[in-house]
Amino acid sequence: MASTFFRYAAPAAFYPVARRLAPWFGAAAAVLAIAGLAVGLVVAPTDAQQGDAYRIIFIHVPAAWMSMFIYLVMAFWSALALGYNTRLSAMMAQALAPTGALMTFIALWTGAFWGRPTWGTYWAWDARMTSELILLFLYFGIIALRNAIDDPRRGDKACAVLTLVGAVNVPIIYFSVQWWNTLHQGSTISMTAAPKMASIMLTGLLLMSLAAWAYAIAVALARVASIIIERERGAVWISHLPEMRRLMPS
Amino acid sequence: MTPAAALPLDRAATGAVAPAFGWALARDLKLAFRSRAELGVQLLFYVIVVTLFPLATTPERTLLANLGPGVLWVAALLASLLSLPRLFAVDFADGTLEQMAGSPWSLPALVSGKIAAHWLTTGLPVAVLAPLLGLQYALEAPALWTLAAGLLLGTPILSLLGAIGAALTLGLRGGGGLLALLVLPLCVPVLIFGAGAVDAVRAGLGAGANFSLLAAGLLIALTGAPLACAAALRIALD
Repeated sequence: MASTFFRYAAPAAFYPVARRLAPWFGAAAAVLAIAGLAVGLVVAPTDAQQGDAYRIIFIHVPAAWMSMFIYLVMAFWSALALGYNTRLSAMMAQALAPTGALMTFIALWTGAFWGRPTWGTYWAWDARMTSELILLFLYFGIIALRNAIDDPRRGDKACAVLTLVGAVNVPIIYFSVQWWNTLHQGSTISMTAAPKMASIMLTGLLLMSLAAWAYAIAVALARVASIIIERERGAVWISHLPEMRRLMPS
Repeated sequence: MTPAAALPLDRAATGAVAPAFGWALARDLKLAFRSRAELGVQLLFYVIVVTLFPLATTPERTLLANLGPGVLWVAALLASLLSLPRLFAVDFADGTLEQMAGSPWSLPALVSGKIAAHWLTTGLPVAVLAPLLGLQYALEAPALWTLAAGLLLGTPILSLLGAIGAALTLGLRGGGGLLALLVLPLCVPVLIFGAGAVDAVRAGLGAGANFSLLAAGLLIALTGAPLACAAALRIALD
């Protein structure tokens, strides 16, 4: 069991798997997103207090969950990359970073659009919003560091160290911002005391969350396949791939 | 050009950390002392940034007293950032760093010495100078002492976190801006607790909680940062 698992730690072995699985996860994401949006935008009733503005949670909440979860997954792959010096782990971390940044951005953007009609402002220095913004900066830092380093192996390890340092810091940042917030302004808005959600809304949220998961996996697999091709372009196995044969008939 | 005496190799085998720390600290302090003008420039940068804020906003005393702690802390952060790119760059360029990494002495200990020297030459002067600048912001005596004490606790964390960023960006293009992007988000808690301590004292609450949190952060950074920094340096030197 373990040996079959570790066999796929080799980029050459994982590449065909990633290429084959990516479209399936992409299709699953599309189907789940259509179902989730249909439930969320059409079937679910209008909220008594927030009107139709609440419907943005079907995008906002899954994106916010993914933004934090992807960072955890990146930290996991980074720890593996540093501990076992495996190339594929670092490539997975690299492939996830842009998706994590995208999810963080979507969470912030949709949050602003939800906040305007509901709170009367696009932005408040709320603890969650502020830590989400700092999380976005962390993602940008990791991506920028990767782009600044030409040697991919150095980039792998440097980004892994940065991701792990950030992972230690994320909870500290979250609590510091929360305490700062309670000190400065009484919490006029509390998202934790949200009214009980109707089960149809919960269904929509669940479908959209699964869609976000499937999308993140599909995009990460497609991106890691591209990274493998780019990094291993000198390797012999690449030239034996059917898609390469089609491109360059010898 | 090694100003301090060379480290004896025979004692390295015993795993002693203190001689390596002391050697790196003494060496960097001596080097810093020989370019005193540079240290003066960093301190002047701090003074000027702090002076710009009232000019750009308002000379009104109550508003300044509210803004003051935050401005003084952000300026301290920027002043610390200003000198970070040079923390390892010179030693990297002339090969000293490679010799350090290859020596039998513990690299985290050597790095700790360098970080300590960085703090003594940037963080400490800023903390000492801060009460004077706080006077310009109409802060009262208790707030001024809290500000200085908070900076004494917090600026070492800035040096420790900054050193990780400096090691990661060693020899990269766009080093300065990239370093800021990596380090500044990590420094947010220090900023919040440091400036929060002064606000708490001004509100009559006492700064105990904020100081405890700053001290806890310092302990975490002291134990973790030299190891992360040494790992990052080895990656850069590979």
